[in-house]
Amino acid sequence: MTAVPAVAYTPQSYKSEVKPVWCPGCGDYSVLSAVTKALAKLELPPEQVAVVSGIGCSSRIPAYTNCYGFHGVHGRALAAATGLKVARPDLTVIAAGGDGDGYSIGGNHFLHACRRNVDMTYIVMDNRVYGMTKGQPSPTTEPDWDSKLSPHGTGLREFHPLVIALASGANFIARAFAGDPNGCADLIVQAIRTPGFSFVEVLSPCVTFRPEQREWKTMAHPAAVAPTDDPARAARRLMTDDGFNIGILYAGNRAPYRSAQAARVSPAELEKEFAL
Amino acid sequence: MLKQIEGSRAVAEAVALCRPEVICAYPISPQTHIVEGLGEMVKRGALAPCEFINVESEFAAMSVAIGASAAGARAYTATASQGLLFMAEAVFNASGLGLPIVMTVANRAIGAPINIWNDHTDAMSQRDCGWIQLFAETNQEALDLHIQAFRLGEELSLPVMVCMDGFILTHAYERVDMPTQAQVDAYLPPYVPRQSLDPAEPVSIGAMVGPEAFMEVRYLAHVKQMRALELIPGWAEEFRRAFGRDSGGLLHSYRTEDAELVIVALGSVLGTIKDTVDAMRERGVRIGVLGITCFRPWPQEAVRAALAQAKQVLVLEKSLAVGLGGIVSNNVRTSYAGAAQAVRTVIAGLGGRPISRASLERVFAQALDGTLDPVTFLDLDRGLVERALAREREARRSGPIAENILRDLGVVGARIS
Ligand SMILES: Cc1ncc(C[n+]2csc(CCOP(=O)(O)OP(=O)(O)O)c2C)c(N)n1
Ligand code: SF4
Repeated sequence: MTAVPAVAYTPQSYKSEVKPVWCPGCGDYSVLSAVTKALAKLELPPEQVAVVSGIGCSSRIPAYTNCYGFHGVHGRALAAATGLKVARPDLTVIAAGGDGDGYSIGGNHFLHACRRNVDMTYIVMDNRVYGMTKGQPSPTTEPDWDSKLSPHGTGLREFHPLVIALASGANFIARAFAGDPNGCADLIVQAIRTPGFSFVEVLSPCVTFRPEQREWKTMAHPAAVAPTDDPARAARRLMTDDGFNIGILYAGNRAPYRSAQAARVSPAELEKEFAL
Repeated sequence: MLKQIEGSRAVAEAVALCRPEVICAYPISPQTHIVEGLGEMVKRGALAPCEFINVESEFAAMSVAIGASAAGARAYTATASQGLLFMAEAVFNASGLGLPIVMTVANRAIGAPINIWNDHTDAMSQRDCGWIQLFAETNQEALDLHIQAFRLGEELSLPVMVCMDGFILTHAYERVDMPTQAQVDAYLPPYVPRQSLDPAEPVSIGAMVGPEAFMEVRYLAHVKQMRALELIPGWAEEFRRAFGRDSGGLLHSYRTEDAELVIVALGSVLGTIKDTVDAMRERGVRIGVLGITCFRPWPQEAVRAALAQAKQVLVLEKSLAVGLGGIVSNNVRTSYAGAAQAVRTVIAGLGGRPISRASLERVFAQALDGTLDPVTFLDLDRGLVERALAREREARRSGPIAENILRDLGVVGARIS
């Protein structure tokens, strides 16, 4: 007999009644929709899923889901998610946030989360700007984007999150586009199914501070390549792509982090160890 | 020149007049308009030569400022709230090294629960870190204090934090008198560092010091702050002569001559307090105000003298030492010659809670008739608190406090199905 889930989950099962305060047209609405679609497809009970975030417009996402939510401090989503996952390995853990939260103030955690390869999915809603603080450049912002905090542009080379994830040891790397919530949902499903640290970078336009990102819908295109488990091939692919290749760009086979199985030692045995 | 501008803009212009050479910026409300104002000036070329660095975090902001200052540059940054806490290690480092960085703190509450509104918890968390801490009452004072801060910090080789109330000052449009470049240049000499990473005369900064001398180095930091106490009044006087107004200094007394009750506070709430006091004075109440401008170093003697006549002292503060009560009030108690019980604490305005004249008048009256508790939380909603406590009594797993309270208030719908 095949097990039938007691409840039929729909995307609606994962939505809370808190109404998002995102601007109309913000890409993050579609990411929320993609996350709920993915969870429904995976038939995960909402209370078996934890959504962990930092601070930013995108980081508001836990409150809009019906899952276990944790809204932490700016930049620490991955660290908090790591603690949560090792304490409750049975839960499906999704860390989510923005490019500022994940790549600037939280950048060090990004490197080490990839390295540690704890079984979780990290969704970054990349809009190449700090939306919440009203339009400052982030590490993924183009060098010539002029703003009050970057007079005449930062002049800095953009951060390349996918390449960095690969170099740091992430086990699954995909790029999604908020303009295609179904495609985005499929990628999130694959990310959650793949053991280890899965990184999904979602191009999610900030229509308010980067209105030109509405054009992303004409630029995003499916990656014309099959997923590879060869890091060298993936590196070449990621280093040379146009930033709008959508799909799974790397899926490795690295064993995920396992919590150390604590040896159960009795006090008597311990005492023996310390005997002189 | 008189201008009607936003507080943040006023501070940005004042900082620009001080000719900073390196500015590090990471945005956080309500500080953002200050660094954005400076960024705009950099773009117009109005601030050359100045390196404006968009950094990746506050920790980076303070660390870059430390490097720049150690290399002999006049360095500036600004932050608020979570940002100040995030940079805390570097904040201590800057003062320990004696680097005269100037930083604006646009005072805001600290989470959790996350809150972007004004109180003084951020600045108070760093009160003993070795920085000079100045609190502005008005936008005029905020801009003036920045000019004084560079002078003070560089003279003493100490970093200076200028605190201004987030939103209440940073986002308020007020009339300010903006000094000219010539006036500021005359008041603030070019920076001559006491220590600098100079290739011609190599030194190493940041030595490890063991038990044999650590106490002495820390003591010298204390000596420097005590020295600041001696110098600040003179510099404020010099400022008054040069700019024609009273700004800065250690503290300001208002209608305290014959006051039985003196209200002590920091920052913009002094305006509301003075209005309340004026109204009470009209009815013959002997009440006055003591505004503390310089919180660190603590003006021990000046406060003692200012409170010498007072029979009762009420300290109104926008911060809470959880598990103790007041922070400012405990400082005040060390400087009050009368009985410690005569100094009462009123915690007010946490997380942006409005402080109304009606509420102030009520607690001032209670202080005068002796019915005010030693520690009072202004306009605390007891009903909400009781419901939360009851929930905790009833169930072990009572849930997150903030979310429960918001649900009680009907701000969010019940999320747990
Ligand atoms: C320590 C700290 N510094 C700064 C801030 C202010 N802040 C809030 S969100 C944010 C950036 C948000 O950008 P991003 O992560 O890209 O998210 P978006 O709003 O674009 O979704 C900043 C700088 C903060 N909350 N905490
Ligand atoms: S500011 Fe930008 S990122 Fe934030 S909600 Fe609006 S559109 Fe979305």
